[in-house]
Parts: sequence; C-alpha cells; structure tokens
Amino acid sequence: MDFTFTEDQLMFREAISRFLMTEAAPEKLREIWETDEGRSPELRTKIAMQGLTALSIPEDNGGLGMGDVAWSLMTQELGYYGIPDSLADTAYVGAGLFSALDDSFAEKGQYLNQICDGELRLAIGHQCSPMVADAHLAEVLLLQHGDEVHLVSQDDISDVANPSIDSSRRLSQVTWQPTPETCIASGEAGAAIWNETLNRGALSVAGQLLGLAQRMLDLTVDYSVQRKQFGKAIGSFQAVKHHLADVAGKIEFAKPVLYRAANSLETNHPLASVHVSQARQFCSEAALLAARHGIQVHGAMGYTWEVDLQMFMKRSWALNNTWGDATFHQARVQDYVLNSQVDLAPSLTFE
Amino acid sequence: MNLTYSPAQQAFRLEVREWLAANVPKEKLPTYDTKEGFELHRQWESKLHAAGLSMVMWPEEFGGRGCDLIEWLIFEEEYYGAGAPLRVNLNGQLLLGSTLLEFGTQEQKAQFLPRMASSDDMWAQAWSEPNAGSDMANISSKAILDGDHYVLNGQKTWSTRAIYADWAFGLFRSEPGSKRHHGLSFLMVPLDAEGVTIQPIKALDGEDAFAEIFFDNVKVPVAHRIGDEGKGWHVAMATAGFERGLLLRSPARFQQTVRKLVKLYRDNKASADRDPSIGVDVAKCWSDAEAYALSAYNTVGRLNNGEKIGAESSLNKVFWSEMDLLIHQTAMKILGTTGELLAGAPLAEEHAYWLEGFLFAQAGPIYAGANEIQRNIVAERVLGLPRS
Repeated sequence: MDFTFTEDQLMFREAISRFLMTEAAPEKLREIWETDEGRSPELRTKIAMQGLTALSIPEDNGGLGMGDVAWSLMTQELGYYGIPDSLADTAYVGAGLFSALDDSFAEKGQYLNQICDGELRLAIGHQCSPMVADAHLAEVLLLQHGDEVHLVSQDDISDVANPSIDSSRRLSQVTWQPTPETCIASGEAGAAIWNETLNRGALSVAGQLLGLAQRMLDLTVDYSVQRKQFGKAIGSFQAVKHHLADVAGKIEFAKPVLYRAANSLETNHPLASVHVSQARQFCSEAALLAARHGIQVHGAMGYTWEVDLQMFMKRSWALNNTWGDATFHQARVQDYVLNSQVDLAPSLTFE
Repeated sequence: MNLTYSPAQQAFRLEVREWLAANVPKEKLPTYDTKEGFELHRQWESKLHAAGLSMVMWPEEFGGRGCDLIEWLIFEEEYYGAGAPLRVNLNGQLLLGSTLLEFGTQEQKAQFLPRMASSDDMWAQAWSEPNAGSDMANISSKAILDGDHYVLNGQKTWSTRAIYADWAFGLFRSEPGSKRHHGLSFLMVPLDAEGVTIQPIKALDGEDAFAEIFFDNVKVPVAHRIGDEGKGWHVAMATAGFERGLLLRSPARFQQTVRKLVKLYRDNKASADRDPSIGVDVAKCWSDAEAYALSAYNTVGRLNNGEKIGAESSLNKVFWSEMDLLIHQTAMKILGTTGELLAGAPLAEEHAYWLEGFLFAQAGPIYAGANEIQRNIVAERVLGLPRS
C-alpha cells in the first residue's frame, strides 16, 4: 500500500511545469487566441521535444511507457497553464485508444510512433458530445459509430466551426460517412475501447480542472495580497481568507481522489468508471469554486478581459461538461451508491 | 503507487475481524455520557486492551502493538465496520498519548501510557477557559512553581466527560505576567487532588457530557509537566495538530455511518425519492467519506516518505465536520416525521441512532478549534495571506 509517486514521475512533472511556465505564459496564449486556427504548431513541437507526447507510448514504440498515474500529474500542469486540449486528446487519450487496438490493425505501430514523435494531430469524436475538438486541424479523426471505432482522414470529413466561450477550444460539428474500410474496431471490443476512452478523456479533464483550480487560487491569492482597501490588503480580511481557504480545501481533497481513479484505470479496476466519475466531480467542484471565489475576490477586475483570471475561469466552465457532462458523472456515482447491492463497508475502499 | 494490501496487512485485517466478530457486544452500549454507559465503555476498553488491540500503533512496551499507520487504518476500518463501541478514552489516548510519545520523558511514558492504553486511567482535556475559547492564547489559569510542585488556581471549561475522568491535561500560565502564548506550561493533573472541583455542564441532550473544572490551590508535582517550563504552547500545538489531523476522526468512522445511511436510503427508497436531492446527497456523503479515506492513506504515504503534516491538518477538521453534518442532515430528511423521536419512543425503532448523531454533528464544527479558526490557519499558514 503506497499512495506516492516515483521520483521519475515527480521529476518529469517538475520539468514540464518549468517548461510551460515560460513557453505558455498567458500573453502567449492570448496571441494564439488571435490566430484563425487557434493553435501554435511551434508550441506543439516544443512540447513534443520535452517528451510529453512520448509519455504513455509503449517503450517498444519509442515512448516512455508510463500510464494514467503519471498523466494524473501531467494533466494538472496542462490545466494550470491552460494548454489547448488537443495535446492531451492526442498524446494521452488518443495514444491510449491506439494502444488498446489489437494488432490486426496493421498501422497501429505507425500511429503510436507518430504520436510519440509529436508528428500526429488527431481528434476524437465520442457520442457524449455533438462537437469534436480540434477537428479542423486533425490529420486523422477517431470517430464513434455505435460500438464501432472509425479512423477517418481529414479529406473525408467536412466540419463546421462552433465557437466556444473558451477561445482555447476549437470545436466543430463533423459530417462523415462510416465505411467498412474506415472501421478499425467493432462489437464488444469496440464498445470496451469507447468506454475506456471516455474514462481516459474524463480523467484527463479532471486533472486539468484540478490544475485550473490551483492556478485560479494562486492568481487570487496574489491579487488579494496586492489589492488594498480600507488601508490594508484585502487578503487580511477574514471573509476573503475563508473564501480562499475553502478553495484550498477542495483542491487538497480532490487530489487523492484523482490519483486513485488514475490507478484504477491503469490497473483495470472493476470500479474504474465510478472512480473516474468521482474524480471528475471532486476536481470540477474545486475548479468551479476557485472560479466563483476567484472572481468575487477580484471584484470588478475579475469581470474584465484584461485580467488573466477570465482565461482559466472560462476554460473551467467549458471543461466541466467535456468528456461526459457533469450530470453524466453524477449519475454514474449515484447509480453505484444507490442502486448497486454492495454493502459499502469501510474495508472496501481498495477492494 | 500501489493501492493493494500486502499479505501481512491482509492477515492483520483478518485477525482483527475475527476477534471483533467474537467479542463486540451484541447490544449497543448506553451512551458514555452517562455514568453507567461510561463504566461499560471502560470495561470494553479493558477487554480490547487485554487482546492487544487498544492502542495498536503504540510501542509494545507501553501497551501497544507496534503497528504502522496503514495497519492502524486497517484496524479502524475493521473496528467501526464491526459496529464496535465508540472509544471513550480517545481524548487521552490519541491527543495526550501522542504528545507523551513525542515530548514525554521515559519516566512519564512508563507511568502514564500503559494505564492509558488499558483505560485504568481515563483522561479529560482541559484547554478552554471562560475567556479562552477560540482565543486559546488568552489562558489565565495559573500554575505557580513552589519547590517541587506547582500550585494551580483558575478555571477550565468544556472539559469532555471530566466528571467521570481520573486525570486532566491542559495549559496553565506558569510565568506570572506573561502574555499570549508565552509563559504557559503543559500539565497533567489528577482530578481527585485536593482543591479540584468539577461542575457538570448539561449538553443539549440533557446529559452531563462536559464540565467546568475549578482549581483552588491544587498541588501538582513538577514531574507532571510535559516539555519545558513556559514552552507548553509549542507542545499543545502539536497536540492540537494531532486532534485536527488524522487521529481523532479516522475515516472508517464516517464510512461506517455512510454505510448505514445508504442502507437507510435503500430501505426507504420510495419515500426518499419524493425529493430527488436526497439521493444526490446520499451519493455525495459516500463520495466524501471515500475521499476522506483516500486522503488519509495519501497522508500516511507522505508521512512514510518523511514529509510532515502541517497546517493543512486544519483542512481535515473542516472537511470531516461538514461531512458529518451532511450525513446526519440527510438521514433526518429520510426519516422525516419520526426523526425527532428519542430512543425508547415506541415509533422510534432504530432511528434514535440518527438523532443522537445529528445532535453530536452540530458540535463538530465547534470543538477542537472552531472551523472559522481552522480557515484562518489555512489562509495564513498554507496560503500565506497576511494576518489582520
């Protein structure tokens, strides 16, 4: 029984954090927002060079062979710095999907190699949403059709942009035709892949939401120390302190829930879906409270375009309903607790 | 990360489970806030101790079993999962016991810990005073050094179960004229000493759950001081940290209550589902108790890696006390009209368990340092916000 991370995992997180601190500063993200495509190929290449796209690629395909547990740290960094989601969808969720395919899909190794090297952009269309993120730039798309997994190239889709309140998100409605040639998995295997992919996407979002919560808390603590009213820093007032202490509490208690869910996904725990949804709920609650109390403490400045808080708030609101909306995750946890026949003894936490 | 138990840990779990299955009283003991209930709980503690299961994580030489913290969590899961009685001597065993283990002399440990483990000595805490509640540094009870003993004068209050206890521990001002957290000493006081008067305070359920303690020239040997003279605040803060942190409220206690809440919901589903928010809250209670358990295992992992738990233990206290409120508020909603009935009322059935818990849950955000104080501690010491 050991709930801690390895030295390697922690050092990798530290390195990614230091890198993103300079390369993904808010002013750079704002520049990317202004572009038509909303993406910076340059930033993507630099991130790949840090090894992040290789993180969960099997070692046989040139990757680092780490899993969901390592990603539960990395996604927090991606959230903290507000990195556009195509990276996690490709390097984490997409890589997981390709890895889960059986070897009869001949190009599996080739795609994993490309993700590993940071050369592939992909988008994933799951039926939990009518939109597909980053479809406009994806070279290939992994699309759901019932239980079938289809691999479709950019040439075979048409997409209509659906702008989001979060300018870091680029969403499309995608029109395409499933054919026997595009189908790469189906039946029970396909259904299992989609279920696991949904869980992995949801966990990726959970980690990002937790990182976002920490970022909003940090921004708000800084602001409350600098901003003076009645002759002193507003952070010295108890009403403000309690707002921020509550956010800190949400973040602290969400962490172990996130890590357990990652471990459950990595070890194929029978309750992995419940654990992932539970993690999503805890991380969402932390982010939503960080946003609410963050804007309250910032006052009118928090409602402006100029102050960076808006970037992270809007991202939290959008991600809260991505890869399964909040109601979906609530329902999965609730169904287990209320409707399963399990006698929920205290000794069952890790059973 | 490896979230599975070792064979040795599983074997320990089974051993505890089997002993409890054979020994836990079939009938629930009366509340330990009554004289009769207190004595029955003391006897239960004695039995637990004879089986080596009273203070499993203490060293064997002091009446424990030398378990690590993971084994302690396992023990707690089995203990509460078996529906075993609440622990009547926790304020001594966990708060003072942990302090003695860290700050006590070898003589003090040998004198006090074994009798505490067996509950031959029952302990009450004596922190608060009429003018030192949330502002604990405002303590004015005095302990004046006179040769080989201190002379105590003053008043303590909200001392849980002090009318039944044998000893009390708390902070006294040993340096005349000192201010705030300076000049305080941490003392252990026998409650049968001359000059001690104990006045029960009726709690809102009508039981003498706590008491005022008056000291009138009470003599206490210097050997009953823990830590250096005048440095009691430092020792007490460590104790308060234990209290807010893991030890006093282990996750299993809440998980067991939630297990019962889920059963209550399932047994009354049709009625409860008239308000869909009840099902949502039941699920949230489960999820919170689970999160609290995960947090405990996570904290133990960090402690085993050499990290210290600091001011973030204040977050624990806020979390479990608010969770306990939600659990019991939800149970009362499910019970509806019969929720108000006292134990023994013909229509109350087993429901009075929830009423009792509901009342006690009201105290959670107040005792062991009010939640407002905990939030201040988090804001100032974890987040670095300026003091007002």
